[in-house]
Amino acid sequence: MAPGSLRLPLPGARTGTAAARARRRRRLRVLAFLSPWLAGFGLFFAYPLAATVYFSFTRYDLFSLEFTGLDNYAYLLHDREAWTAMRNTLWLVAVLVPLRVLFGLGVAQLLTRIRRGGNLLRAVLYLPYLIPPVSATVAFVFLLNPGTGPFPALAERLGFTLPDFFNDAAWAKPGLTLLALWAVGDVMIIMLAALLNVPASLYEAAAIDGAGAWSRFRHITLPSISPVLAFSAVTGVIEALQYFTQPMVAGKVASGRADLPGTQYAPGYPDGSTLTFPQWLYDQGFRQFNMGYACVLALVMFATAMLFTLVLLRRFRAFSGEEAR
Amino acid sequence: MTRGGRARRALQWVAVHAVAVALAVMFLAPPAFMLLTAVMSDRQALSGDLWPDGWHLANFADVFSGDMVRWTVNSTVYAALSTVFMLVSSVPVAYALARFRFRGRNAAFVVVIAAMMLPPQVTMVPLYIVWARLGLTGTLWPLIIPQLFGDAFSIFLLRQFLVTIPREYADAARVDGCGELRTMLRVVLPMAKPALAAVALFQFFYCWNDYFRPLVYADPDHWTLAIGVATFRAAHHVEWNLTMAATLLTILPVLVVFMLAQRVFIQGVTLTGVKG
Repeated sequence: MAPGSLRLPLPGARTGTAAARARRRRRLRVLAFLSPWLAGFGLFFAYPLAATVYFSFTRYDLFSLEFTGLDNYAYLLHDREAWTAMRNTLWLVAVLVPLRVLFGLGVAQLLTRIRRGGNLLRAVLYLPYLIPPVSATVAFVFLLNPGTGPFPALAERLGFTLPDFFNDAAWAKPGLTLLALWAVGDVMIIMLAALLNVPASLYEAAAIDGAGAWSRFRHITLPSISPVLAFSAVTGVIEALQYFTQPMVAGKVASGRADLPGTQYAPGYPDGSTLTFPQWLYDQGFRQFNMGYACVLALVMFATAMLFTLVLLRRFRAFSGEEAR
Repeated sequence: MTRGGRARRALQWVAVHAVAVALAVMFLAPPAFMLLTAVMSDRQALSGDLWPDGWHLANFADVFSGDMVRWTVNSTVYAALSTVFMLVSSVPVAYALARFRFRGRNAAFVVVIAAMMLPPQVTMVPLYIVWARLGLTGTLWPLIIPQLFGDAFSIFLLRQFLVTIPREYADAARVDGCGELRTMLRVVLPMAKPALAAVALFQFFYCWNDYFRPLVYADPDHWTLAIGVATFRAAHHVEWNLTMAATLLTILPVLVVFMLAQRVFIQGVTLTGVKG
């Protein structure tokens, strides 16, 4: 919002009537309550957004700034790591997001069918979501690590072999997917609340009409919860575009290299398979100090996030026949 | 009900509960194995054994021999100050968006939502440059100070809750001669305690778990637990037992707070999704 739209009193317009004074006081009050955010909007939203666009046309390393026009954008087209990161991020959007929404919905559906012990089960399934992502990732790399981890050892006793999840380029992303499905608690709780909000009378009416389980799900449950599905899909996509902590930590812990002073670290271990877009941005901006190029990557992220949000919201609006947000 | 119907229902009951038990076992296996590994000896933790030979509880104490205490202090300062700053700045904004009528209110709300959707990476480079010029990179202040200027997610969540409180209470307070600030502090906010607790918890957990931003800004002296635990394995030469003990210790405070405030927390998660 532009501050001007609050209709600030003009300097010359000091009217003496009590009504005008009261109005002025009300405007000042609104301004006072909004002031932290108005300042924050300028300092941490409008200014940096504009500056990101400006820096994207420059070469800047914190010491020297040089205007280079579209050079950074041209470089993006040849930047193999950026394309790898883009592919990995799209993989996450296409596979991880739908799996999480579907799995969350399935678990929530199951929870509605359980009377005794339902609360306990809900707590157990919610627990992993509370575990700090770094800790959960470190734990998963160890638990699935062949030779030392308990899960491969357990599988061996049962007579089969688990893949080498975080050291094999083909299995690193599926390994991260397992981790994300385990921490599905947030989606589950939102879905459960939505399912419990569907009026029971609708199901009863459908049962009298002889609708089967699938038909009830398709024609009653899905339309009723579609705003929540849309919300989960949109937030899921935005989270996937920002996916940083888990792949970064998994790569570091699995390769045995970390942020310790003096260690070199190539993001995306193994073989770039876990390199996500924000990691490449972090590497370019805050490790190589290619600030201008990092701004180009940031703008690509911004455009992609906006695009996905708009497309998904439009699809779901058409699907539910009402405004879904 | 027919006998066939009853048999089918019984079968369904068994199937549903079998799946539930299987899920519970799968979800509990990782923390269970973490705990078992954390009490193993150094050598046994590398062996792939499932059950510890002895209970080496001293592992938990050994974790603290390094930098763990400093990381914990840094994480606590970061999370606690951020939460207090966020509440002081975001509450009045949410209150104004929920209860005052003024031109541009809807536009303001749309911008709050847009700010919530914006990936933090988009504004990161210019902000880093500013903090570097101010000489504050290397510390956690670049993460804490911005909280004095309102947090979009908290404003959104609080506003959603505040609009559900009937206006009559505030009107009655005004008739009794309360100013708007007093009305907010004495009348409306006490009724909004669950929402305030929810946003405070979310903010605290978000900072406690935050890895990206401390990684960008903090030098090793200001590392938080999240960064510390991620480097733990390299620093301790694959002592998985100590690494698992350390990760369990980072979970503990979150778990305790969650147990104490479970209802508030779940309400908050639900509120974001359903009323969003």
